[in-house]
Amino acid sequence: MKTRLLLSFPHNLTAEPVTYTLVKRYDLIPNILKADIDHNRQGSLLLEIEGEQANIEDAVMYLRGSGIDVQALKAAIVIDEERCVECSACVAACEIGALRCDEEFKLKFEADKCIECMLCIQACPLRAIRSIF
Amino acid sequence: MAKTIQQINERIASGEAVVVTADEIIGIAEDIGIKKAAEYVDVVTTATFGPMCSTGAFLNVGHTTPGLRMEKIYLNDVEAYGGIAAVDMYIGATQASIAQGDEYGGAHVICELIEGKEVKLRAYGKGTDCYPRREIETAIRLDEINEAYLYNPRNAYQGYNAAANTSSKRLYTYMGILQPNLSNITYCTSGQLSPLLNDPLYRTIGIGTRIFLAGAQGYVAWMGTQFHSGVARDEDGRPLSPAATLAVVGDMKQMSPSYIQPAVFEKYGVSMFVGIGVPIPILDEEMLKTVCIKDSDIAMNILDYSVSDGAKPILKKATYAELKSGEVDIDGKKVRSSAITGHNKAREIAELLKEQIADKAFYLTEMVQSFPQGNKLNSLK
Repeated sequence: MKTRLLLSFPHNLTAEPVTYTLVKRYDLIPNILKADIDHNRQGSLLLEIEGEQANIEDAVMYLRGSGIDVQALKAAIVIDEERCVECSACVAACEIGALRCDEEFKLKFEADKCIECMLCIQACPLRAIRSIF
Repeated sequence: MAKTIQQINERIASGEAVVVTADEIIGIAEDIGIKKAAEYVDVVTTATFGPMCSTGAFLNVGHTTPGLRMEKIYLNDVEAYGGIAAVDMYIGATQASIAQGDEYGGAHVICELIEGKEVKLRAYGKGTDCYPRREIETAIRLDEINEAYLYNPRNAYQGYNAAANTSSKRLYTYMGILQPNLSNITYCTSGQLSPLLNDPLYRTIGIGTRIFLAGAQGYVAWMGTQFHSGVARDEDGRPLSPAATLAVVGDMKQMSPSYIQPAVFEKYGVSMFVGIGVPIPILDEEMLKTVCIKDSDIAMNILDYSVSDGAKPILKKATYAELKSGEVDIDGKKVRSSAITGHNKAREIAELLKEQIADKAFYLTEMVQSFPQGNKLNSLK
């Protein structure tokens, strides 16, 4: 299976060779989508992980046990529903159709379809969409 | 039987007035017929919630001792116009911040004031005998300044052209992102709920008409700028291209952030989502007929925004219903269409205005003067 994990490192763990451990010990194939590591403070790593489900679960246990915060992510964007006025400017930008309006003009987001082009973030006049990266 | 606005107000006062939204009236008229519906219904509420760049506010922040003639003014680093009396100013929605550029502007300042937040004021003057002070840096809040009223020179367009892009380059516009090679269409206005489309020849909307403006009771102050009532119309008087506009005024101290929100259009700049509701008195059958306008009756031109020199060509004449369906056929190509307007907010405003009238909290006004018919637009040479 494939899953996407956002790892947040506290300052004392920014030197931990996490990716190596995931490959070596848990037989996983990590694909680094985004990394932002500041050795003196903290870091974040967005990984797409491929491997056996049991191995992924064990790896998450290991990461959390090491003090790394792990969030499983479905999508690359977060919509602030409080700010959203359902103007659908993001729908215009979303060529793939992951963002669309239903018949009642309610905004619908299908995370599975999202190809992370991030154009919706620019398109939103309310600045209600942000990247998780 | 014809009704007057005074009679309708009497019915509102006695709690007997029948008030429905411009969405609801369509079904009512279909069920009971135009004649009966005109007798039964007193007021139809219309609304819109869309980006309206031509928005801004007059503020009077009060005098200091010694006095300062505020000539150069910044509110949260957004320049306000100070070329009026000493502590009067106008902050325009689209003015960009000198510190944050297009991500923050006058619209944000106006909304932060409405939200009750503190706004930083910096002002400078040359110093005069009567206003010797030369500068000030302080903070203002809406409840601490004298007057604060929105005065928007051009809102509530009577129809607005839809936008598309046939070029090979993505366009960033005030109509949102237009993908290259005619891949999408964006459109504004609230369709059958739109105020001026429900009163196409301005029988009841004119100077002095009381309206819902961003949560407050405001007024139509004047004809809006670029007032183009002289456009071609269909046999029912409905304009076939963007026509009239409204200049509106209202007290910011009565407004709610639920119905006014700053907007940022990428690579274009700051704008403002403004919520406007207009009640239409059902004076007679003729008036009832006009408020029964349906999305499928509304003509919308889809313009090619990739053409910037000269008039933008019309790619297709569609109806609002077609645009709202999410897909429009242009020369055999199915093109996605999506709004740049808050349909649900517009519905909410129409509902709220309906409740306010039914609760005797909002009375209708007679206009003071009607708008000119046949007005033409001039271009700059």
